[in-house]
Amino acid sequence: MDETLNKLYFRSLVDSEREEAPTPEAHDLRKLKAEAKGLSFYYGEVAALKAVNLPVAEHQVTALIGPSGCGKSTFLRAVNRMHDLYPGSRYEGGIRFYPDDIDLLDKDVDPIEVRMRIGMVFQKPNPFPKSVFDNVAYGLRVRGERNRRLLVEKVEQALRDAALWAEVKDRLDDMALNLSGGQQQRLCIARALATEPELLLFDEPTSALDPIATASIEDLIQGLKARVTILIVTHNMQQAARVSDYTAFMYLGELVEFAPTKTLFTNPSDRRTENYLTGRFG
Amino acid sequence: MPAQDVQEIRQLVARRKRWDKVFAILGLLSMMVGVMTLLALIIDMGIDGGGRLSWDFFTSYPSRHAERAGILSAWVGTALVMLVTAAAAIPLGVMAGIYLEEYAPRNWLTNLIEINVTNLAAVPSIVYGLLALGLFVYQLDFGQSILSAGLTLALMILAVVIVVTREAIRGIPAAIREGSYALGATKWQTVKDHLLPYSMGRILTGIIIGMASAIGETAPLITMGALTFIAFLPPAPVESGFPYLSFDWLFAPFTVMPIQMFNWVSRPQAAFLENAAAAGFVLLGMTLAMNALAIWLRFRFRKRGNW
Repeated sequence: MDETLNKLYFRSLVDSEREEAPTPEAHDLRKLKAEAKGLSFYYGEVAALKAVNLPVAEHQVTALIGPSGCGKSTFLRAVNRMHDLYPGSRYEGGIRFYPDDIDLLDKDVDPIEVRMRIGMVFQKPNPFPKSVFDNVAYGLRVRGERNRRLLVEKVEQALRDAALWAEVKDRLDDMALNLSGGQQQRLCIARALATEPELLLFDEPTSALDPIATASIEDLIQGLKARVTILIVTHNMQQAARVSDYTAFMYLGELVEFAPTKTLFTNPSDRRTENYLTGRFG
Repeated sequence: MPAQDVQEIRQLVARRKRWDKVFAILGLLSMMVGVMTLLALIIDMGIDGGGRLSWDFFTSYPSRHAERAGILSAWVGTALVMLVTAAAAIPLGVMAGIYLEEYAPRNWLTNLIEINVTNLAAVPSIVYGLLALGLFVYQLDFGQSILSAGLTLALMILAVVIVVTREAIRGIPAAIREGSYALGATKWQTVKDHLLPYSMGRILTGIIIGMASAIGETAPLITMGALTFIAFLPPAPVESGFPYLSFDWLFAPFTVMPIQMFNWVSRPQAAFLENAAAAGFVLLGMTLAMNALAIWLRFRFRKRGNW
């Protein structure tokens, strides 16, 4: 474990962009894309999130880690209003979304509008039982795009961005379910990218994949942050360390600690974070 | 482990496995009751009525002379009534099912409606006949027509169609639904692009099985006053002059296969019993054909939706 951390530390020192990593008290978050302010979430009477404050920096990767049931997925699904699909849920507080500074959870903000601006990739690859092309084109078609030439263009671009084009360019009409698990997940990423979202949510995107597919998805996430802000939930600490710029540790519905990834992994300020990172629980 | 204990374990296993055998035999016998009954029915009707099955039997009207009587008006009537039933029950049932499953708010009123829909399937068919007599025949003045009959049977299978639609939609994984919503799709887009296409196989199967049970219904149609002796066909739906399509057939009097059978069975002459058996054979064939279609559809759709 220590060795891994040392390596991480070394790697991040080499990374010039992170050389002057800020202290947890004064994060250099540059521009914010979103910011949860006092967000609480209830399933019926049970509080799944307790007054969570979390900034999401633009064009950075922010990771949420924590043991199962800590509320990290619940938080992610609040950002694109996924909870609205099910009865019996209630939000308190809000999530500011920039640059237009709206509250994503505001009753007057239509969840469909939110989901058109914020994409999501799920834990288990969930391609539609349609062709590869139709999967990627779906988001555009939902928005009323009917121009075939434009669709073809954008589908190709999205598949290239998801590093899948070379593998599927000759089988765009094949059923998406015939692809391998890793390909299916990259297809879901392409599907989300096709509509050019401002923020992309990843909900444990590699937990159903083998190590090689996982590595390719991680590379992809790294490469994507120039174009889209990324918020990723993972139960894999190493993954958070590898792909993210900022990491938040959540425990029992609370956000325990938020810091630049390097700081959080090498010098956590909270006892619970340290215990989790060193494998004492979780 | 001492050898003695192993011996004991073996005895215990042997003793418990005896019940496996007992149940296997009981189960086999129970199954045979069903299969043998169906087989006996088919063979019996085949022996009794097989001699009457000929091209003429399908193309002749009923007659006072048993050997000249046929089922032309009956099978045409059955086909047309089923057409009306399908045209009414499928859109109504599927839309109601989608509404209940996807749109209706989860509250006590929805629950009440859900319980009632389920109970609707258990209402005796003759009650539907009474409803039809009052509503379609007299109130709406459709007469004792194909339209009234089709709508009656449609009401009868509506509950089945609703329940089947809901179950089929519920069978679609939440991940697919969430995938669609996460891309910004509306409820309707999710229904029309995903839920409906992916559950079509199961919905169609349910509808066909519902229709197969309606095809043999006699009680509600006799209650509403269907005639038992019809020696003519309804007007053709297509005509040579403008507007080429005619819906007069909807208001024509009619008879259906089971009523024709009922009519023949109630005659004293043995020759008419033969006709009834032959008509029963044909009706059974129709039902089995519909079930076969349902199986085929299920098989075809299963090949694509496999998550």
